Amino acid sequence: MDDFDWPWEYNFPPFFTIQLHGKTKELQLSVWTNLVLKYFRHHRESQYTIGDEIVLFSNQQIQRKLSNDGILLILEELEKSGNAAPVDKKRLQWEIYWHPLDEWGNIIYQWASDNGMTNTVCTLYEISQGESSANEEFFGLDQSVLVKALKTLQAKQKCELMSFDDNEGVKFF
Amino acid sequence: MNRIEYSQSKLREDETYVSKDKGVKLYDGDEKTSYEDGEVVLTSHRLFWGRPGEISRGRTVLCLHLKYIQSIDEESASSFVFGRKKRIILHLSMPTRDKSPGPNDNSLANFIKLSGRNGMDEDFVKSLNETVAAKVWEISTNNQSTNAAKAKSPRIQLRTGIVGIERNLQEKQKQTDDSIQLAFQDLSKLMTMAKDMVGLSKVISAKIRERQGDISEDETVRFKAYLMSLGIDDPVTREGYQSSSEYYSNLARQICEILLDPITEVGGMMSLADVYCRVNRARGLELLSPEDLLNACRVLSGPMKLRQFPSGAMVVQLESHDDEAVAAATLEVVEEKESMSVEELARLLSISMILAQERLLTAERVGNLCRDESMEGLRFFPNLFLKNK
Repeated sequence: MDDFDWPWEYNFPPFFTIQLHGKTKELQLSVWTNLVLKYFRHHRESQYTIGDEIVLFSNQQIQRKLSNDGILLILEELEKSGNAAPVDKKRLQWEIYWHPLDEWGNIIYQWASDNGMTNTVCTLYEISQGESSANEEFFGLDQSVLVKALKTLQAKQKCELMSFDDNEGVKFF
Repeated sequence: MNRIEYSQSKLREDETYVSKDKGVKLYDGDEKTSYEDGEVVLTSHRLFWGRPGEISRGRTVLCLHLKYIQSIDEESASSFVFGRKKRIILHLSMPTRDKSPGPNDNSLANFIKLSGRNGMDEDFVKSLNETVAAKVWEISTNNQSTNAAKAKSPRIQLRTGIVGIERNLQEKQKQTDDSIQLAFQDLSKLMTMAKDMVGLSKVISAKIRERQGDISEDETVRFKAYLMSLGIDDPVTREGYQSSSEYYSNLARQICEILLDPITEVGGMMSLADVYCRVNRARGLELLSPEDLLNACRVLSGPMKLRQFPSGAMVVQLESHDDEAVAAATLEVVEEKESMSVEELARLLSISMILAQERLLTAERVGNLCRDESMEGLRFFPNLFLKNK
């Protein structure tokens, strides 16, 4: 594992069993939700399908694995705070937003106005992969997450999504 | 049986109804008869036996005049399967010549028995005794005619004279013989098993010695003291009480007395299975059914009570037993070993698995421990989530 900073709980076997005691469970879930967000942010990933074995939910060293039910519980907890959303009806595929979508929108808008990009059209590719955003947090952000974030901006009349040819673009106001 | 006659089940003028019982079987002497599962009605003069419903419809049924009854005895049949039930024996005098015909007229037995499926109703037996003692029929027949006097004479013959005395003695002898036999039935079974039991106890003590290395003198003495101190002088039995609630409350008091020391010794809590063994070992032959024990435990009052855990397991625990204290003590043990399974705790504290599990769950409920379910089973860890916060 690279330089990811695991919390001590990650090596504590009971961490991988959803606890029954109310207060304990509350604490455990909050550690988990923080860890999940931190993990996905570290890896700049947004997609997760329940059942995929990733290091986050399965600690080989202590031979512990969080059950799928447990994972679902944590993702649902994240959903409550707007940090995750299911993609399919079976709630197996999830998108994880380490910033809630409207926060993402604001960050992007801030970047756009700081760079004098208002009233011009730029492609989504430019935003997530372009040179001018290389140091931004949303660099490499998942396309579908990006679109959803921009949609929140559009709802606030701060931008407009448009599609031309086979590419998508956005115009900031 | 030849004293019984066929008769219509109708009351005569001066006759009154006294009592009845159901599900009664007749014995001719010691022989079973086909007269089973009938109703018995006792009047001031006679005793009727009929198939269910026959008596109330006034059909012809079996009838025994009470004047034939010389004495009434009780016999209890004991069997390991059915428990104890009472039969009553009616010792009869010789039949009078004017007796109407009846079943088994050539029978030779001088007594009949009545037996119910669950023994005879106590009240019925009592009223039978009273009615026979009252001799209402004598008063009426004496007034009527001298015929009755003639009819009485054979009975007097039996009681008086050397033959009468001899017969009486013989009967008594037989009775004592029977009761001795009955009394030793249980004992003989015990004796046949005694050899096995002795062997078993030897094996057990050998095992204990093996496991613990050398048992010190002190411990052997203690072990023996345990075995000796188990008996109860006067076990509470169901027969002694009118109502079951009274029986249970008395039983509960006795259980309390027996268990106070052992429960304190094992840390304030004992599983119901252990209680059952403990109590029954102390009672010796008067064994309790699990149901009776449970009912008695439900009404336990005083220093201990029955408790059911959320898991369904039931224990008897001391009033002073405190969940928080248990949780704290359990945490201490688990902390020492870092983590523990139910099995390990049970072994360490030498308590049953159920109790060990309840201890861990109690500690978990309080928040002292947290669980770890994995392929290797359920383990408990000190609750670092709360502690490290």
